[in-house]
Amino acid sequence: MKQKVAVVVLHTKSGELVPLFVVWDNMVKYQIDKIINKQKAASLKSGGFGIRYTVRIQNQYRYLFYEYSGWFIEKMSSEE
Amino acid sequence: MERTILHCDLNNFYASVECAKDPSLRNIPLAIAGDQELRHGIILAKNQLAKQLGIKTGQAIWEAKQICEDLILLPPDFKEYQRCSKMVKEIFTDYTDFIEDFGIDESWLDVTQSKALFGDGKTIAETIQQRIYHEIGLTSSIGVSFNKIFAKLGSDYKKPMGITIITPENYREIVWPLPVEDLLYVGRSTTDKLNQLGIRSIGDLAQFNYGRLKQVLGKWGEYLWRFANGQDHSEVAKQTYLFPIKSIGNGITAPRDIYDIEDFRLIAYVLCESIIARMREQHLAARCISVQFRNINLISFTRQMTFTVPIYTVKRLVDIAVSLCQENYHFQVPLRSMSISVSRLLSRNAYHQLSLFEDIDDTEEEALDVVMEQIRKRFGTFSVRRCSMKSDLELTGFDPFSDHTIHPVNFFR
Repeated sequence: MKQKVAVVVLHTKSGELVPLFVVWDNMVKYQIDKIINKQKAASLKSGGFGIRYTVRIQNQYRYLFYEYSGWFIEKMSSEE
Repeated sequence: MERTILHCDLNNFYASVECAKDPSLRNIPLAIAGDQELRHGIILAKNQLAKQLGIKTGQAIWEAKQICEDLILLPPDFKEYQRCSKMVKEIFTDYTDFIEDFGIDESWLDVTQSKALFGDGKTIAETIQQRIYHEIGLTSSIGVSFNKIFAKLGSDYKKPMGITIITPENYREIVWPLPVEDLLYVGRSTTDKLNQLGIRSIGDLAQFNYGRLKQVLGKWGEYLWRFANGQDHSEVAKQTYLFPIKSIGNGITAPRDIYDIEDFRLIAYVLCESIIARMREQHLAARCISVQFRNINLISFTRQMTFTVPIYTVKRLVDIAVSLCQENYHFQVPLRSMSISVSRLLSRNAYHQLSLFEDIDDTEEEALDVVMEQIRKRFGTFSVRRCSMKSDLELTGFDPFSDHTIHPVNFFR
């Protein structure tokens, strides 16, 4: 399932995007503890393609996608 | 030196993009179709499942529905297709700068010089195919060969996700058994002619007497014979190379039939306004105008006229198109679609031949066109229109200038 989310992002001086917090619909903020990996990728499960950040939030791993229309989150297959 | 040329073809492109956007569509038969209400109701693309059921590109929607009642139909989303196509081409640029597009979903890549960096043709093809799949979610087929024609045959050979390698050693086994109509530029009528000569496969064509073929098919016989024998030496153009424009045209299948010259004139105005605007972007003027007519029985023909004095205003273009229509078509059967195109282009800034017998002064008309185009650029195509357009909004309510952005491509450009 494609879960659109709001994200607090740092735009670095060099123009890179660094996601800092994921903001859920009930306005609860989750801090992104670490960005493990960043690469161009398609989301084969929920559709769409863009830049995929593999992130760790509270010891759980998630794929966070940045598409031209915004951010969405996908569960990692190892957890299913 | 032997070249290494890749031809990459994105499988069922429009449908694959829709499936990549929404993966749940992968398991149901899906087709992309034009708008039935506007009478553009044909199948533009289909996914693998629909293909297996026998849905074909170009079928009318009702035909497709007869084959498969549950067929899901989606309208085309050209912006998204172009975005995907651009992303795929960005992947290509990592491997070579010799990239020549052949439509929105096909490209040739000359990787001869890149082999030292990235491995042989097969390795590069595999990497590109995997990257397109993982980064964009689309499947592709790639042909690897020593010329463009065989590379293209290779990409059609195995779908989806196929890689076919055609070398000077094995092309006789792979290419020659294929039916002759698989070759680029062998269409329906050429196939008939070749079949009459007893040529059914590409191998037959390659071994046929060269002189006899030239006699029957002329220049084309020569080309096709060379293609079949792997003697295509055309180069893959550089990505930045702009092919010189030879013609500019716009056409439409009208939302309702065109019954008389007045209907024709209305549509001609819309088409010509777009053509002139596109000509102005390139600073061009035209000397030849051709009009294609197609009636409701789908019989079509083309008439053209050449002038010594160049044409660059909407009004003159429309007048010529209308006079061509008056001379050549009498509306016993209404028209279904029409298209207008201009060729023999020359630079608008160059010195032009003046007419000795007529006094043609288009300065005022041209100024009017320029102002209209400027207003449209700022406020949209429908912000300013000719009064006559208002008499039939159904017929004139389309915008070829902004809507039509995917143009057909020719191999011999």
